Amino acid sequence: MDFSFTPEQERFREEVRHFLDRELPQQEVTEDRWLFGFFPQFSRKLGERGWIGLTWPKEYGGQARSYLDRLILTEELLRYGAPVFAHWFGDRQIGPAILAHGTEEQKREFLPQIAKGEISFCVGMSETEAGSDLASLQTKASTEGDWFIINGQKVWTTGAHLAHFCYLVVRTDPSAPKHRGISELIVDMKSPGITARPLVDMTGAHELNEVFFDNVHVPKKMLIGQENRGWYQIASQLDYERSGIERVMSNYPLFVDIINLAKEEGLGKDPLVRYKLAQLGIEFEVGRLFCYRVAWLLSQGIVPNYEAAMAKTFCTEFEQRLANVASQIMGLYGQLMPGSKMGLLKGRVARAYLYSPAYTMQGGTSEILRNIVGIRGLGLPS
Amino acid sequence: MNLDFTEEQEMLRTMARDFIDKECPKTMVRELEDDPKGYFPEIWSKMAELGWMGLIIPEKYGGTGGSFMDLVVLLEEIGRGCLPGPFFSTAILSALPILAAGSEEQKQDFLPRIAKGQIIMALALTEPSATYDAAGVSTTARLEKDDYVINGTKLFIHDAHIADYLLCVTRTKGWSLPEQGITLFLVDAKTPGIKITPLLTIADDKQNEVILENVSVPQKNMIGELHQGWPVIARLLEQATIAKCAEMIGGADWILEACIDYAKERVQYDRPIGSFGMIQRYIADMWTEVGIAKRLAYYTTWLVEQGLPCAMEVAMTKAWVSDVYMRQARMGVQIHGGIGTTRDHDMGLYYRRARQVTLLFGDANLHREVVAQEMGL
Repeated sequence: MDFSFTPEQERFREEVRHFLDRELPQQEVTEDRWLFGFFPQFSRKLGERGWIGLTWPKEYGGQARSYLDRLILTEELLRYGAPVFAHWFGDRQIGPAILAHGTEEQKREFLPQIAKGEISFCVGMSETEAGSDLASLQTKASTEGDWFIINGQKVWTTGAHLAHFCYLVVRTDPSAPKHRGISELIVDMKSPGITARPLVDMTGAHELNEVFFDNVHVPKKMLIGQENRGWYQIASQLDYERSGIERVMSNYPLFVDIINLAKEEGLGKDPLVRYKLAQLGIEFEVGRLFCYRVAWLLSQGIVPNYEAAMAKTFCTEFEQRLANVASQIMGLYGQLMPGSKMGLLKGRVARAYLYSPAYTMQGGTSEILRNIVGIRGLGLPS
Repeated sequence: MNLDFTEEQEMLRTMARDFIDKECPKTMVRELEDDPKGYFPEIWSKMAELGWMGLIIPEKYGGTGGSFMDLVVLLEEIGRGCLPGPFFSTAILSALPILAAGSEEQKQDFLPRIAKGQIIMALALTEPSATYDAAGVSTTARLEKDDYVINGTKLFIHDAHIADYLLCVTRTKGWSLPEQGITLFLVDAKTPGIKITPLLTIADDKQNEVILENVSVPQKNMIGELHQGWPVIARLLEQATIAKCAEMIGGADWILEACIDYAKERVQYDRPIGSFGMIQRYIADMWTEVGIAKRLAYYTTWLVEQGLPCAMEVAMTKAWVSDVYMRQARMGVQIHGGIGTTRDHDMGLYYRRARQVTLLFGDANLHREVVAQEMGL
């Protein structure tokens, strides 16, 4: 076994750091910037360097580089808390899904635009009656000549109010068994009949949306992969969604700052604080190294399945413990929100604590992921 | 980067697993718990023939010159099978300091005999102070004429009762810093003045009290330099800690697999209990925890192998793996229900071993404190 990076890889890490030092000199540090930091201009700068779609074939605007390079890139972007939301979904899962299932025309149309940082995607999966039981989704696509006609409602759609396109999962055959009548489409969010309404989360932020589809016309050529085979295509997209190192690094800037605060304020002398921060340090390291393992599998051409579920479960629960411990350590100051007078660390701890329950829902609840680990991974009886 | 085992390592694993299953099944492991010696000389010889004792001893000293990662693979299997015997004491705790600090003559003398399985050795480090730091060493060695004379009590000494030699950690001068003035000696276990008394431990592993009363040791049996022994022991403790973690991971793997099998077979309410969400959750978490423990342990092994700084990672690994093994053993008993609490069932063997082994080389809390220091707190 060899955990070292090659000199080229080390140089690449330096290059990324150098770029981020230059581009993000006095940025307002916050957490979860891969979910909240929507800065298309920054995404385009990354695109100019070829840092979106890094692993994709060159003919589609990618760089044909390895997943280990992508690991290095994403680890550094997250370490700096870079605002990468505008291209994150496209880079992480939509691009790979189009590469795996899309037509040549779709690849040529979408992949280069994603790679340049020019277009943003949202993902239309969950519905009010289809959460963990995603295959129960009811948003319908009927056909009319060269068009699909979409009617229905999606919910928890991150960034629907910002995205150019929606990767939409719909029911195309209502008479088939529920897993076998599902298809995937790319929908232009400017299409008439689409309405996105904000869902404000506990932190007061607008990131989530309800999205309504009222006779929305989508050209048939926007079908991804085979009609009614969508369920089987989604699975690997979800594996990409779950397997990244963002699951353990969403609060990395806060983790660093809370440790520094403990040192400066002398809190670090308290044995209980030492114990808790050391335990978080250990859990961060095991989570990070497990994400390395997952990236290694990807670099070997293996799409991680139960490994991605394990990584996401452990890592997101770590993030919640981190937010909890951070707010405990702050004592009464831990309740002060961003913008408050006297807020230590600008209220980021209270914000992180309020946001943290979302980690174990988004991209598959911890309950569903444990089912995947137990049933698909270990073959336990269902 | 390459995060897979080599083909040779996979073969070593398969060979070790087959050997232990065949030569030392659990019935024999239990038999040895009640046996005063605690090992079968025939199995010990066969292990030597397979090259295990010389796995990390260089070829010029009769070993096979394997890597630390090879050793980790073997130790995972030893831990998985709960293989009793003085392997750890001899091939790791004693061979590594000789390799690191012994004279050429000492290496030529001892290492080939270790590799061939001809001698058993034990590390006499800990004392009634029950710590692994230099301040805990109060056993003295005093120069009288040509020999050093050792006086003191060593405690929790694995395999001393069957050892041919003790690697004894002594204090040779007073100290302002506890790390100064520690000297290592190879002591023939038959020397007059040594009194060895077995302890009754939670895991029926073979630990002893070793009282040394005016025990004479020739000067040539000093390992390394006078007063300079502690850095050798400090490095050994890093290596031994990560090696012990590999054993724990092997044990945790066995528990997990036993639970999966049992959850598929055991029927209640007309269904295998593995179909219940509660049991699935337990098992999914156990698998996840041991899975991520491996990634950290392999990373730390690699650091040790490369000679890179690893104080923080060793401490992280010991803390995490200890906690995981304890939880794994606890849940292993819970999933097996009443039968898991009996002396008859193998699960109890692991439950007892887990308690014992997690205390070695510093428990999880001690290592968390090391992590806190390394984080700059």
